[in-house]
Amino acid sequence: MMNTTMEGLVLAGILFVLGLISMLIRRNIIFMLISVEIMLNAAGLAFIVAAARWGQPEGQVMFMFILAMAAAEVSVGLALILQIYHQLKTLDSDEASKMRG
Amino acid sequence: MQWIYLIPALPFLGALLLVLASGRIGKTGVTLIGCGSVGIAALVTIVAGLQFMNSGQAGYVQHLWDWVSIGTFRIGMDLRLDALSLVFTFVITFVGFLIHVYSTGYMADDPDFARFFACMNLFVGAMLLLVLGDNLLLLYFGWEGVGLCSYLLIGFWYKDPANGAAARKAFIVTRVGDTAMAIALFLLVQHTGSLQLGTVLARAQELWTTGDPTVVLIAFLLLGGAVGKSAQLPLQTWLPDAMAGPTPVSALIHAATMVTAGVYLIARTNALFVLSPSAQAAVAIVGAITLLLAGCSAFVQTDIKRVLAYSTISQIGYMFLALGVGAWSAAIFHFMTHAFFKALLFLGAGAIIVALHHEQDMFKMGGLRKSLPGVFLVFLIGSASLAALPFVTSGFYSKDQIVWLAGAAAGGNAFYSLAAVLGAFITAAYTARMIFLVFFGQEKTHVHHKPGPVMMAPLYILAVLSTLAGFIELPHTLGHLTLLSDFVSPVLPGVVTVHGGVALEWGMQALTLGLVALATWLAWRLLAAPFPDGLKQFLKNGWGFDDAYNVMFVQPFVKLAKINRRDVIDKIYTGLAAVTRGFHRAMSATQSGILRWYVMGIVMGAVIILSVIIWREYAV
Amino acid sequence: MMLPVFILLPVLGAFLAWLASAVNKTLPRWVALLVMLAGLAISAGMWWQVQDDIYFIGDRWLQTYELPWMPRFGISFSLALDGLSLLMLVLTFFLGALSVMVSWKEIKERSGFFHFNLLFVIGGIAGVFLTMDLFLFYFFWEVMLIPMYFLIGIWGHGNRLYAALKFFLFTQAGGLLMLLAILGLYFVHASATGTFTFSYFALLNTPMAVETGRWLMLGFLVAFIVKLPAFPFHTWLPDAHTEAPTAGSVILAGLLLKTGAYGILRFVIPIFPEASQFFATWVMLLGAIGILYGGKLAYAQTDFKRLVAYTSVSHMGFVLVGAFAFNPLAYQGVVMQMITHGISTGALFMIAGSLYERLHTRELEQMGGLWPALPKMGVVTMVFVMASLGLPGLGNFIAEFLILAGSWQAAPWITVAATAGLVVATIYSLRIMQKVFFGTSLREYKLPDLSLREMLMMAPLIAAIIWLGVYPQPVINVAQRAMPSVAVHSTK
Repeated sequence: MMNTTMEGLVLAGILFVLGLISMLIRRNIIFMLISVEIMLNAAGLAFIVAAARWGQPEGQVMFMFILAMAAAEVSVGLALILQIYHQLKTLDSDEASKMRG
Repeated sequence: MQWIYLIPALPFLGALLLVLASGRIGKTGVTLIGCGSVGIAALVTIVAGLQFMNSGQAGYVQHLWDWVSIGTFRIGMDLRLDALSLVFTFVITFVGFLIHVYSTGYMADDPDFARFFACMNLFVGAMLLLVLGDNLLLLYFGWEGVGLCSYLLIGFWYKDPANGAAARKAFIVTRVGDTAMAIALFLLVQHTGSLQLGTVLARAQELWTTGDPTVVLIAFLLLGGAVGKSAQLPLQTWLPDAMAGPTPVSALIHAATMVTAGVYLIARTNALFVLSPSAQAAVAIVGAITLLLAGCSAFVQTDIKRVLAYSTISQIGYMFLALGVGAWSAAIFHFMTHAFFKALLFLGAGAIIVALHHEQDMFKMGGLRKSLPGVFLVFLIGSASLAALPFVTSGFYSKDQIVWLAGAAAGGNAFYSLAAVLGAFITAAYTARMIFLVFFGQEKTHVHHKPGPVMMAPLYILAVLSTLAGFIELPHTLGHLTLLSDFVSPVLPGVVTVHGGVALEWGMQALTLGLVALATWLAWRLLAAPFPDGLKQFLKNGWGFDDAYNVMFVQPFVKLAKINRRDVIDKIYTGLAAVTRGFHRAMSATQSGILRWYVMGIVMGAVIILSVIIWREYAV
Repeated sequence: MMLPVFILLPVLGAFLAWLASAVNKTLPRWVALLVMLAGLAISAGMWWQVQDDIYFIGDRWLQTYELPWMPRFGISFSLALDGLSLLMLVLTFFLGALSVMVSWKEIKERSGFFHFNLLFVIGGIAGVFLTMDLFLFYFFWEVMLIPMYFLIGIWGHGNRLYAALKFFLFTQAGGLLMLLAILGLYFVHASATGTFTFSYFALLNTPMAVETGRWLMLGFLVAFIVKLPAFPFHTWLPDAHTEAPTAGSVILAGLLLKTGAYGILRFVIPIFPEASQFFATWVMLLGAIGILYGGKLAYAQTDFKRLVAYTSVSHMGFVLVGAFAFNPLAYQGVVMQMITHGISTGALFMIAGSLYERLHTRELEQMGGLWPALPKMGVVTMVFVMASLGLPGLGNFIAEFLILAGSWQAAPWITVAATAGLVVATIYSLRIMQKVFFGTSLREYKLPDLSLREMLMMAPLIAAIIWLGVYPQPVINVAQRAMPSVAVHSTK
């Protein structure tokens, strides 16, 4: 039992780090969005595993929230990306930066 | 006597009317209001004065309304008529009226005729309030009021910035003295709980023994006020510059009335000075030194009005000397005669100045004896009085009394006598020099137009007064008449002579007579004699006081003000704002817009927080 | 029942004026003027009624009004009027009416919104002077702040945004400190007595530890002396004054500064008598420094309005010196100073505004020799310059004399310094006359002298300042009962 939990958490951790690394090295905004999705799912996985460990429903409820939020985020994100592409003709996040603080 | 409120009210009313009606009533109207209000005030004074003398009262107080009344602290708008205020009121209204009449001629061509009379009326009103006030706050009201009018009238010809500077100097320097006086009033409020003259003086007797530090401090502070207003050392520097005003102003304000306010103040508060011998001695010392210094300066002036200005300082020095030695009534006597003959001299000088088209340099005058005989006559009478020509002039009787009492009175000593005698000598010398320069020798500037009757009539009246006024008080040696000192005796303590009596008086009179003759001769001889230039310049500039004050006070203040124009305190706040803005810059620099930097930032933050938590969990 | 009228009248008038701007541009002015005059008439009428009996008989509080607002927290809409409030109300509406008149020609844009703000400030100020609930007090304190911000920020001169922001930040910072202190007092009172209340009358006798009292007192004090303003919190004032439109300057100098003085008299000293005594010397010292420092800076300025602004710093120093002398004379002097300074400085700002209208400059260096062109204005200016230097016969003298005579008994040396301020006042005041009216003119001016409207503004001001100088007794009688009771204890 202990092992399953541990394995699940390690998997979630690996997924999260993978998502993070790809977030850091990618410049294409679509890939960055996908990386965020991966990280969200990693977090969700961690919730599920923890919920299974304690036999409590809150973790699964939390995952529902994450799913809903991720869906919303993707739709808004994609819409924004479309706009950026229309305006700037690029999907490179560095190129798209207009802030000069 | 119940009409005495009219005495100050009329000139105030005149001033108000002249201000409100500015430009609408023409010259005749202005003349009528300006002279009329003061003239009626003079008549009221005479009537009230006669009533007062018949009534035999020591003092009559008229309560007009409560001015400031807080708990037990009550100050009324109260006027007080007694011997002292009556003498002053009489001189102010009467000489004031004559000078007003004279001014209608002197200022006839000035476009600001109405403004001049408005200021003059305001001055007379304030001066009357000063001497009639029954409490020190009302006295202070008049005191500052005359300061304002002096400022307005010195700077009357405002187009020249130099006049403005002289006016401001007069106001500011006297204000320094006023500040000392104000503190004296605070002390009196604290200790006596009142400013009403009778109460204050009565309480002072109960509260303090002779020489008590508090009363000495009060007396010194009052003296500070007096030296400011009366142009005595060390605040005398404003008066010579004040000659920038029109000549009638110099006659009225800077010779006859306002500058003697200090004498009035000290005489009025005599009980306080009697209680503090050191302050009273200081009054005498100030007077003695001032009369000598100013006399020397008068001797080297070239501007006729400045001679008279220094002479005024010097003569008021005599009055201070008299007050200081306890010869109260002698000071008042000299005030009165001085008011007559100095007004006469100033007005005479004014007549000359107008006749010569505003030429004031004595070295450009000369020989006017023939072209202006009337003016010569009255000027000679005035000068004789100033120089204390024995027996026939009022100046002789008043000054002789001081010269004698400087040595003979209770507070007198040989030093004061010496100063007084020496002063008489110097006075005679500069007076003679002035007469010689202006009226004798070659005519250097042509007389343009002679003064009309409007200007001459006041001169003749004053000339008569300058001669006759002396006979109300005759020395022991010459009939011994004491009309004035008897009259003021309810208000002022009598003089106590200790150091030798009538014999000394004889000696002094003889000495004075000899010195006047010697001085006249010397002045005649010295006219052409070379005078060391450096010394001359030093004396002419009034012993360098102006320069010293300039370096010590004026320049540091101006410099400090200039340096700190932008308010250094504000720098603290703008500095604070700048620091905040700096933080803001640093922070906004991290907002680069490069997404991956943000992610990196989040990750690093998370790592740091996690490691801190883990470290705290496991390290301990 | 009259008390809410004083607040409602200007506030409702404010909305009415805004609405009226839909009709035409002058209607808001008339609305505002009528509202102010109505307020003036009511308050002056009350003064007239009470001026005799208040001194001799009766309660200190002439009228009270109470309406529960949030009883759960002990907040109520509680108003009360005593002599001090009454005098301040009269002054508020008097200067309010004048500031409507002074902006008659000056404000051409958005006159509706301008008068909305103007009336709203007046409403806030009236509230501050009337309220006896500390929560409500804070509320009104903020209410008068925001319209003032707009007045400076929208209708001001060149650097107006900077000035408006500075004004806002300074007073807001002070205000927040006061809020903290109010809440602190609220909880201290609650823990000591068990009742939660913001009522002034209840808080007046809050038992508290000495240390706590001192901290809370400082919280209040800082808010008030920022508003006053005293050295070293004065630097917002010159900017705000200089950039504000004339009406804004008049209200700032005449009324907003007085709320600081009022707060000290009403709250700081009665609620924290011990702490006030404890800090008295230091506060008086700040006052004296302010007098001299403000005067010195005034002398150095070349901008007319900035100069007058620094004279305010100098004059408000007298308020501090007097308020913390704990002496009946000084308290009366402070009240007089609040009124006379409002009048004299307000008038000087109006003159500055009139000059600006004619010359389009406030630089003293570019003026000079204006007397022949503007003799009437010269006379008027002379009167108020003399008032400002404390000439007897004008109200300011009575104020300063009473303050100094009172403070002398508490702190002689500080009083000597403050008295030296009179000399400094002479120096800077005379400089105004010299620079503006005397000397020779740079160019030939053909300027219109005071118009009828300006004469109508100046005449009451001159009458008031002379009246206060020769017969200040009505003010003293009314204020007498309202003085902090500390005064009674400390008199020997």
